[in-house]
Amino acid sequence: MSLPGTRVLERIREGRGFRLKRWDPTLPIWIGAALFVVFLMLLPVGSIFVTSLYNELGLTLRNYLEVFTEEAYLKAIWNTLVISFWVGVIAVLIGSLLAWLVTRTDLPWKRGIRALVMASFVTPPFLGAFAWTLLAGPNAGLLNNLYRSVSGAQEPLFNIFTMTGLIFVMALYSFPYVFSMIANVCELISSDLEDAANILGANKWKIALTITLPLTAPALFGGFILAFLHSLSLFGAPAILGLPAGLHTITTQIWAFFQYPPRMDLAAAFSIPLLLATMGLIALQKKLLGRRGYSTVGGRGGQKRLLSLGMFRVPVLLLVLGILSLSVFLPYGILLKAALAKAWALPLTWENFTLGNFAFAFFQYGDTQAAILNTFKLGILTATVGTIIAALIAYITNRQLLRGARYLTFFVLAPLVIPGIVLAVGLFIAYTRPPIILYGTVWILFVAYLTKEMPIGFSQTESTFKSIHPELEDATRIMGANRLQALKDITVPLARSGLIAAWSFIFIGVIRELSASILLFTPQSKVVSVVIFDLKEEGQIGAIAVLGILLLAVSFLVILGVQRIVGRDLFATKE
Amino acid sequence: MKKTFCLMLISLWISWTTVSSAQEIEAAKKEGKVIWYTSLALPSSTALAHLFMNKYKGIEVEVHRTGSQRVLQRVMQEASAGIKTVDVIHTSDAGHFVLLKEKGLLLKYVAKGGESFPAGFKDSDGFYYGMRATLSVIAYNPKLVSDKEAPKTWKELLDSKWRAKQVTAHPGYSGIIMTHVLALVKQYGWNYFQELAKNKLHIVQSANDPAGVVASGERPVGVNGAEYFYYKTLKQGNPIKILYPKEGVPLVVSPTAIAKDAPHPNAAKLFTEFILTKTAQQMLADNEGLYTGHPEVTYPNDKPKLKDLKLLAVDPDELEKRNAEIRKRFVEFFGA
Repeated sequence: MSLPGTRVLERIREGRGFRLKRWDPTLPIWIGAALFVVFLMLLPVGSIFVTSLYNELGLTLRNYLEVFTEEAYLKAIWNTLVISFWVGVIAVLIGSLLAWLVTRTDLPWKRGIRALVMASFVTPPFLGAFAWTLLAGPNAGLLNNLYRSVSGAQEPLFNIFTMTGLIFVMALYSFPYVFSMIANVCELISSDLEDAANILGANKWKIALTITLPLTAPALFGGFILAFLHSLSLFGAPAILGLPAGLHTITTQIWAFFQYPPRMDLAAAFSIPLLLATMGLIALQKKLLGRRGYSTVGGRGGQKRLLSLGMFRVPVLLLVLGILSLSVFLPYGILLKAALAKAWALPLTWENFTLGNFAFAFFQYGDTQAAILNTFKLGILTATVGTIIAALIAYITNRQLLRGARYLTFFVLAPLVIPGIVLAVGLFIAYTRPPIILYGTVWILFVAYLTKEMPIGFSQTESTFKSIHPELEDATRIMGANRLQALKDITVPLARSGLIAAWSFIFIGVIRELSASILLFTPQSKVVSVVIFDLKEEGQIGAIAVLGILLLAVSFLVILGVQRIVGRDLFATKE
Repeated sequence: MKKTFCLMLISLWISWTTVSSAQEIEAAKKEGKVIWYTSLALPSSTALAHLFMNKYKGIEVEVHRTGSQRVLQRVMQEASAGIKTVDVIHTSDAGHFVLLKEKGLLLKYVAKGGESFPAGFKDSDGFYYGMRATLSVIAYNPKLVSDKEAPKTWKELLDSKWRAKQVTAHPGYSGIIMTHVLALVKQYGWNYFQELAKNKLHIVQSANDPAGVVASGERPVGVNGAEYFYYKTLKQGNPIKILYPKEGVPLVVSPTAIAKDAPHPNAAKLFTEFILTKTAQQMLADNEGLYTGHPEVTYPNDKPKLKDLKLLAVDPDELEKRNAEIRKRFVEFFGA
């Protein structure tokens, strides 16, 4: 009697159960989710493309001509490329060094270091940039003043309002991407080849350079591209550090196109090269990482042994902590000081101490309460809806529920190549005119965040579903449950921790979002990041510090809470 | 007899004109809210809003503060998307109100409290009133720059000894700076700014921001900036000195108007009347260091009288016409 059952099972598994599918009452849900995702991606990109080809006279290429002949715009593109290149290089140096030390050596205090890397990852780059203006402003910056008082020099040690300063800060908040990538690879390389080299007489350092490094080379390139892309899409840091020095980047220039009278056509035309560049780079990265020519990487078999740092253990640890203090300790310290001081540049004495910044930020300034509420509402809503949709899509592609399901992956991951500000341009064009007017409400932000966070939600849930075998689901379905019931009763409980992780990643991504929000907010739909940016333009340092600390505190609480529920590190590689 | 009757009539007329009627207050209370897009510095606009809310309990003022040019951008973006949220619009770029009036985006409202304001503080057709005025001045940090070496004139700012020591705010953000740039361009031509840019200035956005930058010593000299905010920062005990150049000081009158499609028109009218009352205007003068159009307002003793200064006034129409040019050339010289 078990034979027919097995056959059904096989047909379901192989995706051949067409007859069954037609009767499946849950089919509209799968199709609906798929169509929704396709619509979510196509509308903004389509809008940008169409707008870039029109001006008041009709179909034209003049927008492109104008954008690519005007010297100021070309300069912005050039600045962006130079900055992103160096950010990529520095992020790879820091990220891979840290990843290698944490995974392949006997460096002490690894958990702490991972936690600090995660803190850098969670810190919104615009907040880091702001903190660094207080630390390394050429004349009033605390570090420069310290340097002058110690050395007696007249000149500052470091001017953060330069291209170098901008690269430095952006690299500090891009390296965690490289770190997680390299750490994953380093975990997987077995020590066999290194042992062989050892037997042939190579010393530790030679092994690291000639064996480990080449093995991780594709991942290094991949990490470079990831950091490059990340810095390409940043808006807050260049606006805070670049504009005061007269430096425009692509993102700040797109934002400037929105000033009155708005040049939506130019903004669109200017977005297209950014879009093409990111697409090209992602394709390149896929090619590099997809080429599994390094058979030793990706296997599970071999043993992994840790390199002993010997007498360098402590100095190396200090170096690592030094690097991380640049992205975590120093910025957090100055934010805390600025939040509690009347004058941030003076020592924090009892006379200089105040809680007035908190009172002003939370109670007197009308915008903040509404903004805080909006931010967390949007965070929770987007994370919840985003996790559900991402899970549905991941389930479809993983279990091959629809024909052409693998093309869905393309649509879900597409926002990866759309920088936030470009997405915002598209959404602004699409939703400020009939039939759907979302501009002026929080819903346009919701759509933006949902789109932007879809890739991270998808990749999280997708890897979770991959690890759950369909057998149990199949069993429930044979017992008469439909797919949705099976999903709800069996798969979701099993996937619980993966789903919670996806939720918290989306939540944290949303509450720190600036580059799309800056174009899409209206005074009725402000969020905290936008309020911080507004305050920055007026120089309200104390209030910014207070709100920044609030964002960080909430992010860390969410992470800690989730780690407690899930019982593992969110940011951990396989240990 | 006739004289006292006349006086009675006048005083009756004054009380009738300056105080909003019970009906008007009732209508405003029913709306319960007024949404204010303003470029007045955040602490000052919050203070004014609270003054209003204390007097008219039950009517909330939503303050949305950003730079003048951003306020205009918001208003225009929302108008083009058909969104009706703003009640009262206030920026420091008088040209904006020429534009908004021309586009039919303002509500005509002859404020009773505005009767006594001088000509430079009101639109002849009753669409807007100057809510406050300030100057764009030079300032320096006396801890870092001695009074003797401090620049006294606009031209002295061009000296290369100030290289990397100055800060400017941005006309693409601030209406005060927009006015400042036009006033000085009319005086010295664009050459002035081309020369100034060679000193590698630190560029901030708001006209209020240079005060903090000068006070902290990040850049010891401000080549422009809102005088009232410098004054406030100074009063808080920060090291700042303000200079009013003899060659002339740009005067910035910041208008206020009601939006044509204001969702709370009665509250907007009540708020407009309120901010033009002597109480409100005197508060702006006493606590915020602003000048006003109200003839009865008195000013702190340590502030110069406007009539003792040579003022550079600009024509709102010209400000409107040259807005794009000013932003473009500024970016051309200063880079962003």
